[in-house]
Amino acid sequence: MVKTDLKGEFLERDRTASKPRAKAKLNFTAGLSKYTVLLGLLAFAAIILYPLFWMVISSLKSYDEIYNNVWGLPSVWHFENYATAWSMGISSYFFNSVVVTLATIFLVVLIGSMAAFTLSRYRSKWIDAALIFIIGGIMMNPQVALIPLFEILTWLDLINTRWALILTYVAFRLPLTIILIRAFFLSIPKELEESAIIDGCSEFGIYARIYLPLSIPIILTTVVLTAFFAWNEFLFATVFIDSEVLKTIPSGLMNFKDALRTDWGVLLSGMVIASIPMVILLVLLQKFLVRGLSEGSVKG
Amino acid sequence: MIARKIPLIPTLFLLPSLLFLSIFIYFPLVQNLYNSFFEFSVFSPTKEFVGFASFQQLIQDKVIVAAFINNVKYAVISVLFQVFFALILATILEDKVFRRIAPALRVIYFMPVMISISVIALLFTFVYNPQMGLLNSFLELIGLENLATPWLGNATTAIYAVIAMSQWQSIGFITMLFIVAIQKIPKELYEAADIDGAGKIRKFFNITIPQVKETMFVNVLITVTGSILVFNEPFILTGGGPGFSSTTLSVLMYEQGFGKDNMGYASAIATLIFVLSAIFALIQIRVSGTGKDD
Repeated sequence: MVKTDLKGEFLERDRTASKPRAKAKLNFTAGLSKYTVLLGLLAFAAIILYPLFWMVISSLKSYDEIYNNVWGLPSVWHFENYATAWSMGISSYFFNSVVVTLATIFLVVLIGSMAAFTLSRYRSKWIDAALIFIIGGIMMNPQVALIPLFEILTWLDLINTRWALILTYVAFRLPLTIILIRAFFLSIPKELEESAIIDGCSEFGIYARIYLPLSIPIILTTVVLTAFFAWNEFLFATVFIDSEVLKTIPSGLMNFKDALRTDWGVLLSGMVIASIPMVILLVLLQKFLVRGLSEGSVKG
Repeated sequence: MIARKIPLIPTLFLLPSLLFLSIFIYFPLVQNLYNSFFEFSVFSPTKEFVGFASFQQLIQDKVIVAAFINNVKYAVISVLFQVFFALILATILEDKVFRRIAPALRVIYFMPVMISISVIALLFTFVYNPQMGLLNSFLELIGLENLATPWLGNATTAIYAVIAMSQWQSIGFITMLFIVAIQKIPKELYEAADIDGAGKIRKFFNITIPQVKETMFVNVLITVTGSILVFNEPFILTGGGPGFSSTTLSVLMYEQGFGKDNMGYASAIATLIFVLSAIFALIQIRVSGTGKDD
């Protein structure tokens, strides 16, 4: 996942190979502790991995087998659990989550990069004030805003619409997005825009034709972080959306669970379906995710 | 950069962000504080002014204290596991001895981070299930069935079961942050220590820890802030129960507001949550130098 220093490793290997015999005893204890640690690492990996593995395997079982045969493989593989989950409501949650996530990503990237553009290129006391205003936004958290947002969205008649989620998600993702993109914009050489101005490029042209194309890596980072947030957000999704047909996956799964009662195989299939898009996205774009996590250092 | 008059277009560029933050972030913050001084229900047309009554109730409420203690437990255990254990884990994974297996382990440890908290929490209702749960079945398998208990239905174990799930999910995330920090440490430092004959433990205390000090501090703050706000995990797993044994401030706020329709009191709880988390967030902004030019 993260590149290691290969050259250093090869040198190290040569050094260990040529150790003198006098150190044999030391090597033995070192080897012993190495294998103890290795065992610990593998045990920990098993603790992390097994419940996920169990989720996938049990999603293909019948209720009887989930209950009575906790560890074993299914005797009959119930692939139809997935079809049932999909037709019983997951498809609609899935569609709503896709719409909300894509709209949030689009607006966050567009609005955030526009603000970052101005904040990185101009300097005045107003710009400084705007920057502090925006950075201050990361101090806010959804819990504190919950009741007032419920009131505002009711006044705007947006409760029980997808906009209730999209608009609030955008607002909560903007501060971090602007901070990340602005930091990247600051590193773009000024000569580029100067030559563009000489060529008669407008402000908008500099933004759209120079800054945006050069910033694809940081924009991808923003896309991953935003997608992750919007796809998984639970509190707003539960409180702002009541209608069954508009629920997104995180809140929909709770309904799904209540509706299914003991049809655990189908519930587990729904959970696997809910997880697949983010796993694929994060595996494809992990490089950008790690960068975003370490630069932003703010938990999704 | 020289101050110059800002043209129209850049000003317009800034407007949507400022509007979004004003309407959906700053206005709710002020509105929440305002609401804390009133008594109202979701659809009531008027709000009744009650002054500091909600805050007085807040101080005397034993459930608030119970919830706050759970938040503190969350914070202490999370810092121990996610910061100290994660640092040791990251150091081991970056050790050359494990270079072959480390990349695979990093991916495995990071996996739960990729999965939505609602899926994880539903999965753990199966892990903790008293009849067929993975945890009790495992204890039975290794002959410790007398330790088996309905983890989420038992008032003593419920909060720890919830906290344990959070550790399971988040440790890979913090480990990843430490790995990135450790990879930035100049190799020469370790080489010099090798020449001096320093062992691995001395290198860990004398080089790794001082070099990742800042990351450690930021991770402590992220973890503590997360623990003050924690909602999804206890809400989905236990709903705060049994009784109030696994409730947290956020769960109480939700229950008071949308369960019992005491919007004013819920707002006062939200104000408390904001004050607690803002202190740590401010420190974090200062320490990580967010928004600096270099």
